[in-house]
Amino acid sequence: MSATLPTGHRRIDQLEMRGIVKRFPGVLAVDHVDFDVCSGEIHALLGENGAGKSTLMKMLYGLYQQDEGVVRLNNAEVRIRSPHDAIQNGVGMIHQHFMLVPSLTVAENIALGMKSSRGWRLDLDLVSKRIRELSERYNLKVEPDIPTWQLAVGEQQRVEILRALYRGAALLILDEPTAVLTPQEVDDLFVILKKMTADGHALIFISHKLHEVLAISQRVTVLRDGRRVDTIPTEGATRLKLAEMMVGRPVVLEYERPEVTVYSDRLQVRNVSALNDRGEVGLRELSLSVAGGEIVGVAGVSGNGQHEMAQVIAGLRPLTGGKIEINGQDVTGRSPSVVRKMGVAYIPEERMIDGVVKDFTVAENLVLHDHGRKPFVSQRIFMNFKAIRDACQEAIRAYEIKTPGPDVPIKNLSGGNIQKLVLARELARQPQLLIAAQPTRGVDIGATEYIHRQLLKERARGTAILLISEDLDEIRALSDRIVVMYEGQIMGIVPGKDVNIRQLGAMMAGTPLDKVAEMS
Amino acid sequence: MFFSSPNQTIRKAFNRIFDTTPLLISLVAALVVASVLLIAMSTDPLQAYRSMLNGAVGTENAFAETLVKAIPILFVAVGICVAFRGGVINIGGEGQMIAGALAGVSVALIATSLPGPLIILFSLTAGFVAGALYAGIAGFLKAYFNVNEILSTIMLNQIAVQSMNYLLNGVLLDPTEAGTNHIPKTAKILAEAQLPRFSITLPDAIYGALQGLGFAGTPELFARTRLHYGMIIAILLAVIIYMLLWRTTIGYRIRAVGENENASRYAGIHVPRQIILAMFIAGGCAGLAGVVQVLGLQYRLQTDGSATGFTANAGFNGIVAALFGGLNPLGAIPASAVFGGLLVGAQKMQRDMGVPAALITAVNGLIVIFTVSSQMFARRRARRRAANEPPRSERVLDAAVNTPMEQQT
Ligand SMILES: Nc1ncnc2c1ncn2[C@@H]1O[C@H](COP(=O)(O)OP(=O)(O)OP(=O)(O)O)[C@@H](O)[C@H]1O
Ligand SMILES: [Mg+2]
Repeated sequence: MSATLPTGHRRIDQLEMRGIVKRFPGVLAVDHVDFDVCSGEIHALLGENGAGKSTLMKMLYGLYQQDEGVVRLNNAEVRIRSPHDAIQNGVGMIHQHFMLVPSLTVAENIALGMKSSRGWRLDLDLVSKRIRELSERYNLKVEPDIPTWQLAVGEQQRVEILRALYRGAALLILDEPTAVLTPQEVDDLFVILKKMTADGHALIFISHKLHEVLAISQRVTVLRDGRRVDTIPTEGATRLKLAEMMVGRPVVLEYERPEVTVYSDRLQVRNVSALNDRGEVGLRELSLSVAGGEIVGVAGVSGNGQHEMAQVIAGLRPLTGGKIEINGQDVTGRSPSVVRKMGVAYIPEERMIDGVVKDFTVAENLVLHDHGRKPFVSQRIFMNFKAIRDACQEAIRAYEIKTPGPDVPIKNLSGGNIQKLVLARELARQPQLLIAAQPTRGVDIGATEYIHRQLLKERARGTAILLISEDLDEIRALSDRIVVMYEGQIMGIVPGKDVNIRQLGAMMAGTPLDKVAEMS
Repeated sequence: MFFSSPNQTIRKAFNRIFDTTPLLISLVAALVVASVLLIAMSTDPLQAYRSMLNGAVGTENAFAETLVKAIPILFVAVGICVAFRGGVINIGGEGQMIAGALAGVSVALIATSLPGPLIILFSLTAGFVAGALYAGIAGFLKAYFNVNEILSTIMLNQIAVQSMNYLLNGVLLDPTEAGTNHIPKTAKILAEAQLPRFSITLPDAIYGALQGLGFAGTPELFARTRLHYGMIIAILLAVIIYMLLWRTTIGYRIRAVGENENASRYAGIHVPRQIILAMFIAGGCAGLAGVVQVLGLQYRLQTDGSATGFTANAGFNGIVAALFGGLNPLGAIPASAVFGGLLVGAQKMQRDMGVPAALITAVNGLIVIFTVSSQMFARRRARRRAANEPPRSERVLDAAVNTPMEQQT
């Protein structure tokens, strides 16, 4: 009999996966993988997009069934056929997209789907009490009685973790938990995770950010093309070494940015104001310009108007004031199709919602806005499938998109590969202005490198690029100028070269540039 | 990392078979459940079903009647494929049929000086346009004012019936009937404006073989039945709409908007335009169903005061046939034929067995419920095989099934 955790649930001393195989039509997603995790340990899972990380974990959580292989829990073989089985066995999983009911309170969300201890009468008061205990113990600061729609992303994630703990998770799978968090929220999360392992929980941590893996884990397993490359102790590993194991070749983590000709202003945003989705002021009198051959990085904690700004420029959100010019032409209030015709490309932040049509094939998604153009159309209305498929094959090759072919539904591709397709589509039109929102979120190192190179190539071609990112390293590596946004306003614009991190941080927290300058 | 083995091919084939079996199983299951009802009414279910089958396909005339019944259903179903693929839940087939019939019959009664084929052509065009515009109202309200199209199309159905009653009692009333209290109807359209009857000459070999099987008719198959050229028009339309949906940019845009409105908007597709267009095409097809009923079968428009009196519920049955055919216009062809057969066969069963009409309604309802839910089951299975999220078409299906439908005949 194994020991219990402070949460009162059974501890998982060791969980072992042996010889796991999973096939999808045309894809061997997981190929004889061995993996194990012990109580008190954080085991990181690394791999390129489509390497099979999520698939392996979904089998452990009962969302998929393995074709071959066994799972042993504390040395006894278990068969996990559904998430319900997983929870019974003490296995919990935090998905990248949270599954909370927005109108319910935190406590209600956590109690949802669980038996009440009072039979048919609700026991929400008991649930709240227990939540308070748990959140105190693990530093999971949340208020049980407020509705979840009021919570920030980081807080929603804490609710998900609480829910897993509440249901008795002794082993917790975290699939890219940091992809949507701000750096501060990541630090908070790490404190929580460390506390959990100190209590004897076992954790599996997936991330594309190597420094996070190095900071938090004890062991690292690297997957490539569905196979396990190796499992090594984190101590003594370096970013470069991990990157090489993942990609299978040496990787460049720094880029040189050649001097390029800067053309005149392609985009001019003048005193633009707009509302956000909640009907509050999302952008206040915002002014900014981007020239051809220039990358302007937009830094800031997400939710400070970056999304609204991108939408306003792309014609997807009405302005309440101000003016937008592209190539000197006034496009204020014009429709997205008109704006697109002016040579604007847009890589949206929410690729699954705004970027692709999930049930369309890879090829169909590639021509989402160019389907009406030559050579994809013949005799005005007939789609030329051969040309579309050829272009898709070409994009698959050029962008190294992992897919069985152009004719599979795009939802079968892994997140990073979907992102590559969106990039291929947007760059194919040789844009005048490219709005790239979080272009490398959830994308592996190799692909990140590739995407960064493509952005620099576009810059050299004379494209004006507006790069919105929460990743300060990315912003600093690529931007000619950096704009910092806070609550829908611009706190300051600084040159990208030799930028002062403290200065950026202060501006992101809401101090205007002139005030920051005074302080130092 | 990618491979395809014989094993995979077999599995694929197996899955395909397995996807169609639920349909058959559900049909059988529905009949089994219905036989409980029949037994409760002390009727022999086997005999009842035999008479149903006979009534549907047992004789040349029965088969022709099945096809005649299937024609308006197919027109509507083809349109429904477009609407549902575009994410618009059009429940207004009935009203659009009436709008099409009113416009079509008016043209046929006015343009009498033209040559017959032209009258037919103009009349069909008028019917399409009228149905399209009528549905377009709901499309416009949805696209620009976010008015729920289920509600608006149902309301438009009511308006169409009342307008028909008003017009048939007024300007469109047959002058020779004025002052009588027969049921209101228009004058009969000219003989050359009527769609010709449809028949085929069987080759000797086939005719011989059929005679061997006890076929009693002449080699001129369907010559003495009511089957008309509307069938050919409907099949042509199904093929055209199939091409439109899957071969043209127009269909591509409609499907893109139906599957993911956001991504379409981001990509610069004009979303309201596609919604209106999808509704427009759907309404046009239903409008054709209406005119073709007039030009091919009834030769005039008459009303007993209800929508069903004219449409025989084709506007609703077309929805079920479209779902049954997998929201594919080509699939809708056999689906409509099966549906027509059920309706015609049920009438025969009622006559032969003397069971109450309500029972026939119940049996038909059971078949609809079982088959549609089996479709959902098949789709869910396919989804589980493929990936995690329900495709748009399935959500539409769910919504459609949960929508109150008028009584089935
Ligand atoms: N439901 C599915 N149907 C078909 N193929 C799938 C399915 N799910 C995953 N795949 C394929 O399996 C492979 C592994 O995908 P998986 O999602 O596990 O990758 P991942 O390592 O999590 O990648 P990422 O870092 O991009 O999230 C990919 O090639 C993907 O296309
Ligand atoms: Mg993944």
